[in-house]
Amino acid sequence: MRGMETVPKIPTRERPAAPVQRPGKVGEDSVRVDGVPKVRGEFEYSSDLRMDGMLWGATLRSPHPHANIRSIDTSAAEAMPGVYAVLTHEDVPGRKVYGMEIPDQPVLAWEKIRYQGEPVAIVAADHPETARLALGKIHVEYEVLEPLADAEKAMKSDAPKLHLSGNVLRHVKIKHGDPEATADVVVTGEYEVGMQDQAFLGPESGLAVPDGEGGIDLHISTQWLHVDRDQVAESLDLPPSSVRLTLSGVGGAFGGREDLSMQIHSCMLALHTERPVKMVYNREESFYGHVHRHPAKMRFEHGATKDGELVYVRARMVLDGGAYASSSMAVCLNAATFAGGPYKVPNAEIDSYLVYTNNPPCGAMRGFGAVQACFAHESQMDKLAAELGLDPVEFRIQNAIEAGDTLPFGQKLPAPAPVAEILRRAKAMPMPEEKEVMGRDVRELPGGVSNVTHGEGVKRGVGYAVGIKNIGFSGGFDDYSTARVTLSIEDGEPLVRVHTAAAEVGQGLVTLQAQIAHTELGVESVAVLPADTRIGSAGSTSASRQSYVTGGAVKAACEAVRERLFERVRDEFGEDPNKLSIQDGNVVSGGSMIVSLDELLGSDEIEETVEYHHRETYPPDENGQGDVHLQYAFAAHRAVVEVDTELGLVRVVEISTAQDVGKVMNPQALEGQIEGGVAQGLGLALMEEIQMKDGKILNASFTDYLLPTILDMPPVKMEILELADPEAPYGLKGVGEPPTISSTPAIVAALRDATGRELRRVPVRPEQLVGIAERPPEQPPQPGSAGYAEIGRLDERIEQ
Amino acid sequence: MRLKLGVNGERREADILSGESLLYVLRERLQLPGSKNACEQGECGSCSVYLDGTLVCACLVLAAQAGGREVVTVEGVSDGDELHPVQEAFVEAGAVQCGFCTPGFVVATHDLLCREPAPTNPEIREALAGNLCRCTGYEKILDAVHLAANRMSRP
Repeated sequence: MRGMETVPKIPTRERPAAPVQRPGKVGEDSVRVDGVPKVRGEFEYSSDLRMDGMLWGATLRSPHPHANIRSIDTSAAEAMPGVYAVLTHEDVPGRKVYGMEIPDQPVLAWEKIRYQGEPVAIVAADHPETARLALGKIHVEYEVLEPLADAEKAMKSDAPKLHLSGNVLRHVKIKHGDPEATADVVVTGEYEVGMQDQAFLGPESGLAVPDGEGGIDLHISTQWLHVDRDQVAESLDLPPSSVRLTLSGVGGAFGGREDLSMQIHSCMLALHTERPVKMVYNREESFYGHVHRHPAKMRFEHGATKDGELVYVRARMVLDGGAYASSSMAVCLNAATFAGGPYKVPNAEIDSYLVYTNNPPCGAMRGFGAVQACFAHESQMDKLAAELGLDPVEFRIQNAIEAGDTLPFGQKLPAPAPVAEILRRAKAMPMPEEKEVMGRDVRELPGGVSNVTHGEGVKRGVGYAVGIKNIGFSGGFDDYSTARVTLSIEDGEPLVRVHTAAAEVGQGLVTLQAQIAHTELGVESVAVLPADTRIGSAGSTSASRQSYVTGGAVKAACEAVRERLFERVRDEFGEDPNKLSIQDGNVVSGGSMIVSLDELLGSDEIEETVEYHHRETYPPDENGQGDVHLQYAFAAHRAVVEVDTELGLVRVVEISTAQDVGKVMNPQALEGQIEGGVAQGLGLALMEEIQMKDGKILNASFTDYLLPTILDMPPVKMEILELADPEAPYGLKGVGEPPTISSTPAIVAALRDATGRELRRVPVRPEQLVGIAERPPEQPPQPGSAGYAEIGRLDERIEQ
Repeated sequence: MRLKLGVNGERREADILSGESLLYVLRERLQLPGSKNACEQGECGSCSVYLDGTLVCACLVLAAQAGGREVVTVEGVSDGDELHPVQEAFVEAGAVQCGFCTPGFVVATHDLLCREPAPTNPEIREALAGNLCRCTGYEKILDAVHLAANRMSRP
């Protein structure tokens, strides 16, 4: 091992810049401050970081989903020129496990491997290729075990236990109303959701820089700096104050960055080598390096009266959590609470199980348990409507839940809850023009430029769905954010600085914070400081919560600054603070100017730091009852599709959506959330699935894991409702997740309309659409299995 | 080995290992990290650059193959501090969210509009089908391409 040479003194990285923005006010389009550096290629993502003397880290991962580790020999790797460190579980200074809810996941595996891709050893070297080659020289002796890859099997009492606590991580049972309720009309259905990947484009990456005094600075892309910091500190055996995190440019997240990936590893390598260490996953590794959306198998039974009134829902949902807990506890609760959908249903019996298996760990992804539930309950609504001979939208409207109604888990639904209204709006939106299929530009037909149909066999279908999602962390979690706002005069002009630890992951939060500051303090120039752990936690950028919670914190901090400012005006000018306002950098009262901020403040600053906690929520009781969630958001979708019924290829013609957002904060950013959310819903409906076989991922690449391209995405038409939530800042509702949740079942409903097929599994495959199989075969076709045995394989025949 | 090539109109040289991709050399040896590393297998288009005027994925080009040739990256699309109309349109139309795909889209759109100054929606979709975006759902990207086309066609 090298490393004896003189190492350059570790330079400290400059803090990222906080450019001054001139944002619009709340409700106005406001061009994002990071837009210009992003289009120029100058925005610094976590994979772009570099420092002199920096080393590259790499991770050795288990090729087996289930194995015992007999031995690990790192000596050959250590002997390689250019290799500075090879570390294993023995080198973890502190807690050897991590996890957001339950620390059950090894930083580096010892004794046991529970999923394919589990990290076993890490290397630091002077070139990424050297680091990768060194991984190949680490000799790990495995005793390969049979993987437990089926959640239903893992629940059985005779299944081998993957964790000491057993394989059922959580069971949420909801009992509401009469468990014996009977109904005139009953429909049952079994539904499956495949394992979706967040597929953020910016790979997991970061740069760890030792401070020379035992502490560490980590520049990282993440969704929640403080929960990362606390876990990193535990495993490094350092006080949290010695672990400082700064958010680097984040290339998308969608839930996949809530758990740690390379955070602890890079810090271990950096502390060990006393050099900055950068780690960047490639795409294949990224598939192994973050959690995915839980695959689900669900059995639903609904009963209704002859007149179309819902009587009961009974549901059993089994969610595959994979090898470790991640955020599965909360996903399990969400799936249970939303199994009933946004409907009035007086009787409910719902069992939601979250199970450990040897599949990849699953956790947060946009929609978080509501996605799986929505696919099932919306499929059931269509089935029930058909059974009752009712229009599927009218049937939904008839049963739509309203404010004041009780959800199956016992919470009274707070206002506003315009479920019927958004359904009516989605239905009333103009239908897309139905162009003659024959003779069309092939690019506007299913299969597109593959030129597989000229219109023959193409059928159109229309489908609807509506969804419900909780906003913010709930179930008893103390969910808060911290904001520091400073008002000062710079170069003769008032400037507001906003500092939070909230992660901008692309959604536009940096701009939103500036808009809030402009609105509250009447100051046009705002600088949003880099998010880091120098300030208190902002909570996670997930659960559609940052506009609400960090938005609320920034607003409250601005109000506190304003209050102090007005007190000063009262003291100096005798004005009634209640009559004061700030306009264009001046304090005014009843239309007349009292004093300019410049004059009032001079070289003084006014600074306030505020922690904003939302209303308390409660965990459910033993019957799954309680005031579990904070806020509810709703969206309805209509999908129009065209299916080549001979080949099972699909073109989505248009998605229309109606969504209540409480308050439009930034119209352009809102549209972006809705369009992007729909794209991910479309992906789950039609193409996106991590395919598993015996605990192994078959398609860990963008060649084989298909994402919607610009060819796949139709126009998205939207109607936005602004019904203010009286409890929320500006009346806003979180907007990020609802577009993803009900777009998937709407598309599947349209596919059923076009084909008449049952389609009980997403993503829907061509073989389901043409009626060959209702689900993909357990055993993919092998060469020789399609009659080749009789006629000979193609390559053999050519040789003859 | 010593690599000599033209990048964004400048002569550049670097010592490279023979297995390095053009993307790696641009990002790590020439300090031009604008071209992005989202898939490194030619599927996502986020490393789109021009190689002697042809749009390529820099991740699929061995750096050694670029010897003596001209590369233009996203950093070379604009003229000095002025944004190129394509860049301007992406910012204004809201076609940028996380922005990781943006450099690739900017270069690919630049290429499209140089070939076809007034593309139709199907033409845009076909031309940009090699670029993945996970945030926007592509609607605002279509808007941006039209906006840029309009601005560039103005005399």
